[in-house]
Amino acid sequence: MQTTLENHPLTHHLFWRRWHWLLWVVVVAGVYSWAIGGLHFTGIQESAGSVSRSILHGLLHPDWAYVYNGSGEDLSSLILQTLAIAFLGTFVSALISVPFAFWAARTDQHWAHLRSGSGKVVLTLIRTFPEIVLAIMFIKAVGPGSYAGVLAVSIHSIGMLGKLFSESLENMDRGAEEAIRSAGGNRSEILTLATLPTIFPEFISYTLYRFEIAVRSASILGMVGAGGIGTPLIFAIQTRSWSRVGIILLGIIVMVLAIDSLSEQLRKKLI
Amino acid sequence: MQATATAPIIAFHHVNKIYANGTVGLKDIDFQIPRGQFLVVVGLSGAGKSTLLRTINRMHEISSGEIRIDDAPIGAYKGKALRQLRCHIGMIFQNFNLVNRASVERNVLSGLVGYYPTWKCILGLFSAADKQRAVQALKRVSLTPKIFTRADELSGGQQQRVAIARTLMQDPKIILADEPVASLDPRTTKDVMDTLQRLNREDGITVIVNLHSVALARQYADRIIGLRAGELVYDQPIDNVTTADLDRIYQTN
Amino acid sequence: MTNSTLDLPKRPWRQRYHVAAIGWTLVLGVLLVLSSLMTGANLGTFLSNIDQFLALLVQMSHPAWSYLHVILQPLYETIQMAILGTTIGAVLAVPFALLAASNLVGNRLLRGLIRFFLDLVRTLPDLLLAAIFVAVFGIGSTAGVITLAIFSFGMVSKLFYEVIETIDMGPLEALKSVGATKVTMIWYAVLPQILNQFVSYFLYTLEINVRASTVLGYLGAGGIGVYLQRSLGEFNYSATAVIILATLVVVLVIDGISNHLRRVLL
Ligand SMILES: Nc1ncnc2c1ncn2[C@@H]1O[C@H](COP(=O)(O)OP(=O)(O)OP(=O)(O)O)[C@@H](O)[C@H]1O
Ligand SMILES: [Mg+2]
Repeated sequence: MQTTLENHPLTHHLFWRRWHWLLWVVVVAGVYSWAIGGLHFTGIQESAGSVSRSILHGLLHPDWAYVYNGSGEDLSSLILQTLAIAFLGTFVSALISVPFAFWAARTDQHWAHLRSGSGKVVLTLIRTFPEIVLAIMFIKAVGPGSYAGVLAVSIHSIGMLGKLFSESLENMDRGAEEAIRSAGGNRSEILTLATLPTIFPEFISYTLYRFEIAVRSASILGMVGAGGIGTPLIFAIQTRSWSRVGIILLGIIVMVLAIDSLSEQLRKKLI
Repeated sequence: MQATATAPIIAFHHVNKIYANGTVGLKDIDFQIPRGQFLVVVGLSGAGKSTLLRTINRMHEISSGEIRIDDAPIGAYKGKALRQLRCHIGMIFQNFNLVNRASVERNVLSGLVGYYPTWKCILGLFSAADKQRAVQALKRVSLTPKIFTRADELSGGQQQRVAIARTLMQDPKIILADEPVASLDPRTTKDVMDTLQRLNREDGITVIVNLHSVALARQYADRIIGLRAGELVYDQPIDNVTTADLDRIYQTN
Repeated sequence: MTNSTLDLPKRPWRQRYHVAAIGWTLVLGVLLVLSSLMTGANLGTFLSNIDQFLALLVQMSHPAWSYLHVILQPLYETIQMAILGTTIGAVLAVPFALLAASNLVGNRLLRGLIRFFLDLVRTLPDLLLAAIFVAVFGIGSTAGVITLAIFSFGMVSKLFYEVIETIDMGPLEALKSVGATKVTMIWYAVLPQILNQFVSYFLYTLEINVRASTVLGYLGAGGIGVYLQRSLGEFNYSATAVIILATLVVVLVIDGISNHLRRVLL
């Protein structure tokens, strides 16, 4: 503080301190005028009011008959299918994320920063690759349906799970590993007797957390044809069957709330 | 036979250790440890006590000089041979270093890693005889009632005794203990130190302990060595140690 | 020998037979089998069609850079949507966060209701909101902005009330003792304490919204997603690759700026 005061002309310094918030005002104002000016609002279409009213009406009068009709294409079957996509996808992703985590985790070994740096970049790339584009790509490979959804969830979740796993590896207590090493253990013994048992609960906890997110994404992947409840939802919206939309929304809300609280309970038990 | 009995179990010959960042860890360390001795290492924080201990089982590599164990230079060991060396040297840590979520039994059995093929360790396939040995090891640290308890449900002193039982499974010739009682209260400190003393007296295991407490050092040691800035500045059998000497080791500069 | 075995505590049968481990493994196994059956997932199908997937990847590995100038404008639009949506959501979130904070609102019922409402909002995925708002407001960025506003409202309000609950109550009590109204107390004792955290969370949400906004257009809610959908519909995968790469750059740049600002703030 002392030296800066001496080095800079006092007046200049005071001026800067006094007015630098103005710079921020100008920057923020600039950003917002750019944001608002750039968007040409189409204006709200005339039917907006009536459509909203029908949606509300649909939500209040859901199509209860759709909950279960034994066709296998009803709400309960598709909700189960959505959960299956999320579950299988998250499970596979968790398995694949473990080696990724070891790749991306920073350690104090020689040259480790190159290894972990490249791992982190790859995980960022995976995380940023849009999930629905992945779904569309997998639909090319395995055809439309929930299998494509499973694959999309499996790959996309690696980005986040790999990152979370690698961070918990970086912060874990290395004591048990040191003990096994000092007792003459080799690398695979250190891994299985010390590292994995120490880190396992945290990995499970993150996997459950990711499962919560996967349930949400599995419920929209159907919009591009990758199985689950999203397919009838987008169809119902396009055909304006609002009471159908209403019951599907209710189904999704109940499913997500139930999974969230279940997973939260399990995670609490783990820690 | 006579010769081996009097030959030192560990010998340091002009050992230097410089860390990758240039810190001097050990400087021209040259001394010998006879078989069956209870050696206490004292010194200020950062003096190099942990470094010294960890060079003995090659958890740290030395920069120059030579360390011999049972008259064999350990510097050239690699892979399997190095693991065999570590297998016969027990190590005890300040923070116990147990797998917290595993049972006491499993933690104790993990001391056998050096004796079992990897796949058996991974699957936990330990022989009935070895499971019995684990019970005996726990008996020696008076913890048999806790055998099926999870390690993190024990007190600090109990956890440290589990760690000692784990090293007992190694059937060690040498036990290295790096501030084993630094995070324990006076009562459990006594439990742990007494246990180490018993292993030393009854089994003839050579014990090397880093301690911060001068009182404990005088109570348990056969011999005390002092380190300062990586140098061996003090080395006396317990009968010759005076309080004034020890104070001098702890003097700054 | 016998003595030592007698010393042993009786091992609970749950532990002896590894009930928990076996139980969880069984549950996991059954769920895995069921979900594989339900989704028709098997490695064979994937491997037998892998050549199509690889062909697609090969196309994507040759980005059509000439497409870049077409998507520049929609990319700007995407960022603009994210900024506006996040701002609207965050502003709306402030009163809800204040009402949901347990150290400001004593009424448990009110607090519970508000929190339940916020939980409900958070259950809805962004694309689902987009689909509905496109139906209401028509195709275009309006639907996108509103989607992002609601999406960030749910997220930000939770982050905000958790911050509010960690504030130091001292200044608040000082004001209370001189008889200040609730609004005065919030303005002078609460907001100054949390402003930096708020801005930090706002920026964090903006990062997430920029990512989200790049796909909203897929359902017609404006921005780069419209072109994503178009290129995929036309099987023009080298254009898709350009869009994804450009999105990546934008996301990384915004993340970088936001991370820098957040470090300065905290
Ligand atoms: N991995 C390392 N890299 C670089 N320098 C290190 C490393 N480990 C230890 N040192 C340095 O080596 C010196 C000796 O450290 P050492 O841990 O042996 O001290 P100590 O006597 O055990 O201290 P304490 O009583 O605090 O445990 C210290 O100056 C320390 O900073
Ligand atoms: Mg030390």
